Amino acid sequence: MRFQSSDFRFQVDMKKRFIPLTVAILVAANFAFSQNDGAEQNKTGRAGTFAIINARIVTVSGAVIENGNVIIQNGKIAAVGAGASVPSGAEKIDGKGLTVFPGMIDAGTNLGLTEIGQGLNASVDTAEVGNINANAKAFTGVNPHSAHVNVTRVNGITTVVSSPTGGLISGQATLINLVGSTQAEMAIEPLAGLVVNFPRIAQFGGFGGGGGFGGQGLQIDFNEAIKRRDTQIDELRKAFKSAENYGRAMDAYAKDKTLPAVLTDLKFEAMVPYVRGEKVIFFTAERERDIRAVAKFVAEMKVKGIIVGGQEAWKAADELKKNNIAVIYTNIYSLPVREDDPYDSLYEAPSKMQQAGIKYCISTGEAGPEVRDLPYHAGLASSFGLSKEDALKSVTLYPAQILGVADKLGSIEVGKMANVVVTDGDMLDPRTNVKYLFIEGRMLPLTSRHTELFDSFKDRKSSDILP
Amino acid sequence: MKRILNLTVTASLVIAFGVIAKAQSGGNVLIKNATVMTAAKGTLENTDILVTNGKIAKIGKNIAAPANAKVIDATGKYVSPGIIDAHSHSMLDAINEGSLAVTSMVRTRDVIDPKDVAIYRALAGGVTSALLLHGSANPIGGQSTTVKFKWGRPADEFPIEGAPPGIKFALGENVKRSNFTPQAGQTPRYPRTRMGTMEVLRDAFRRAKDYKQSLDDFKAGKTKVPPRRDLELEPLVEVLEGKRLVHCHGYRSDEHLNLMLLADEFGFRIATLQHALEAYKIAPEVAKRGTGASIFADSWSYKLEAYDSIPYNGYILWKNGVLVSINSDSDERMRRLNLDAAKMEKYGGVPEEEALKMITLNPAKQLGIDKRTGSIEQGKDGDILIWNVHPFSPYSHVEMTLIEGDVYFDRAKDIANREVLAKEREALEKLDMNKAPGAGGTPPRIPAERRIADRDEADRGDNR
Repeated sequence: MRFQSSDFRFQVDMKKRFIPLTVAILVAANFAFSQNDGAEQNKTGRAGTFAIINARIVTVSGAVIENGNVIIQNGKIAAVGAGASVPSGAEKIDGKGLTVFPGMIDAGTNLGLTEIGQGLNASVDTAEVGNINANAKAFTGVNPHSAHVNVTRVNGITTVVSSPTGGLISGQATLINLVGSTQAEMAIEPLAGLVVNFPRIAQFGGFGGGGGFGGQGLQIDFNEAIKRRDTQIDELRKAFKSAENYGRAMDAYAKDKTLPAVLTDLKFEAMVPYVRGEKVIFFTAERERDIRAVAKFVAEMKVKGIIVGGQEAWKAADELKKNNIAVIYTNIYSLPVREDDPYDSLYEAPSKMQQAGIKYCISTGEAGPEVRDLPYHAGLASSFGLSKEDALKSVTLYPAQILGVADKLGSIEVGKMANVVVTDGDMLDPRTNVKYLFIEGRMLPLTSRHTELFDSFKDRKSSDILP
Repeated sequence: MKRILNLTVTASLVIAFGVIAKAQSGGNVLIKNATVMTAAKGTLENTDILVTNGKIAKIGKNIAAPANAKVIDATGKYVSPGIIDAHSHSMLDAINEGSLAVTSMVRTRDVIDPKDVAIYRALAGGVTSALLLHGSANPIGGQSTTVKFKWGRPADEFPIEGAPPGIKFALGENVKRSNFTPQAGQTPRYPRTRMGTMEVLRDAFRRAKDYKQSLDDFKAGKTKVPPRRDLELEPLVEVLEGKRLVHCHGYRSDEHLNLMLLADEFGFRIATLQHALEAYKIAPEVAKRGTGASIFADSWSYKLEAYDSIPYNGYILWKNGVLVSINSDSDERMRRLNLDAAKMEKYGGVPEEEALKMITLNPAKQLGIDKRTGSIEQGKDGDILIWNVHPFSPYSHVEMTLIEGDVYFDRAKDIANREVLAKEREALEKLDMNKAPGAGGTPPRIPAERRIADRDEADRGDNR
């Protein structure tokens, strides 16, 4: 049903744009909207001035305000505090018994790039063909109308990084809010970072990063595995150097047109700001030796690096801190790698990173459907050593800081983007309900594919006759 | 490195954790002063539980400790029944015999591995019992095994004595082999459609009926020669006779309904619809037949037939009177079923005790072991968990897991053991045989890891 209706809508939209409409088509189009896509229509919610009154406010950046107001205006948090005055005409929300939190941020997803991963390739846009795909942009692949968008945000996750996968250089990730009818409307930072699958020592085939430590197939000699890894790092280094040279040649040509024009190479062009250290690079790496190798590479290339994955990052704290490398930790729901690893080794890792002074945040590392579990990842980290305060920060302020957007996101502070979640309890608790949701100051309906199906079937009676 | 060390490390692991397994109470334990969530008769504050010879002998206040009982002070802690996972492939050295459409003759009982570390990790997440199911590659799969996770014990002690036998059925994408391309020279296996799937099932039960007829005729003296024993049809005759439980993997509600209609026709009841992520669409029909649903709390969208899955499924089924359990189908997810149960409170508003039952008493009922386990009641097995805080809290973890009054997981001891294990590991790594290939040592022969290869296949969707 879903596919049919959205296919139909797409056709109608195209006609609206390119072909003079007949009345019949108009009627059909309106009929299609109201029949199938009620929630789609109000998907982007409504703007306005909102005042959440007498709520408990967990600012994250500062102390908890036990009873105060949060004012949302022009898409931003306009005032916070016990004495924050309510502008005239503001829509009031009774916050009694409710708690206000900043929206959660998942910095390590592929949300919007895959609708259904298995058996439906038509809906999968995560990995391009080839090894170096720096110019592939998640920004142009993310589907604003994925059902995952609403399902995720109604659980309090307002912002995600969506990353391409595969190859050696996968492409560029995008930082988006989970609201908007177009990719541009969603984007906070369309090109948020370059994704590099840092080569690892793999004795069982497989290549690049990702979560696993080896695919299937025959085991290869350890020295051979190191050699293969080094060959791949050489390839990566070459690509970085070429991009640097490309950027230099472009600059030179811009200054002096008598020089030969540089032939366009979109891949190198895309890499220039990253190899110059102007923008961050996400390196996927899990094990200590691979994380140390990333640190070495970052130092050698003088780039800005972030580790994605980070199972054993705490073991390489010295190198990470020295090179100012943060970790987007995606392994709360992973099984320990070795049979004799402590059963809670991956639950404990965030706490160990905290103790070691590594800058980190917690991410689901999920493709889309399960990104809404982000609060429970943080909760689990907290049941194994992390303080509750740090657990909350690890999915709000810390990812904002790591992504360089803490001036806009991650806490309830005046002037920040109004990504605000109002709940009836602890946001990390699986029993808690989200009561109100704002992204960029827009009040969003708490509907999703799931609530729509729930409403359709919750009262169904049987027509079945038992023999 | 991981696999190089497997040989020796696995051995040491079992020895090291074996220390825990041996330091047991002999089934006599007194848990003092806990908040006890019984999963049957509410939550009791400041309550003691006495387990004698593995059975819960007494629940009450200020119970005096018998001389032989190990006393555990659980002041300020929560106690719940052990979690039961009604869909697991842990411990299995092989999961799918997918060569035929009907493989009712194969038994998971023959391939259980008591040294699978997944068991220990599951215990640490509070799972004490599980239904070990065959995979979902064929309409009629193999026979299941209902076990308690008695880590450190021989394989023979895992299956629960007296648990009704079961069998796995499956419908939909996996059965059609939708996501598997036959290798060169391989004939595609029938069925390839949902139509064919139903015909495979019908054919199998018609043949089983014929077989039963010939058995009955022989027993009644109508025929002189006994029918040749048929290991494929024997379990299906047991299904017809209500002696073997059918657990059927499926997603689309129409398929599960068609299966139940077929069962109506042949006069048996389906024990559980497994996954059943669309069962909310046919909740009254499921309820009317007394069929249970064993679901994921909220997984969805990982394959087309899981696209209509909603987290309110459990609530709608529960409201319609269906017996609902929440399962994992995963060594990973198995470790956090308490949080999956907690989600049932959020989605629709299942009351706390009913949500807890979905991972304890309800699966016990679905597996026919509720007389022994699934709740904290006098006379039942001492399958008990001690939690640091309320098990539905995101900050909860298991401190101790008891099966029949014996401690099988103890977080404090696990932590205390780590230093010893780390030293042992270090020593083992230095052995010549464990040096990395090419680093001077002789590489040991890597054992064929059939189980892990099968899991990889499972990751590609063979089992969910």
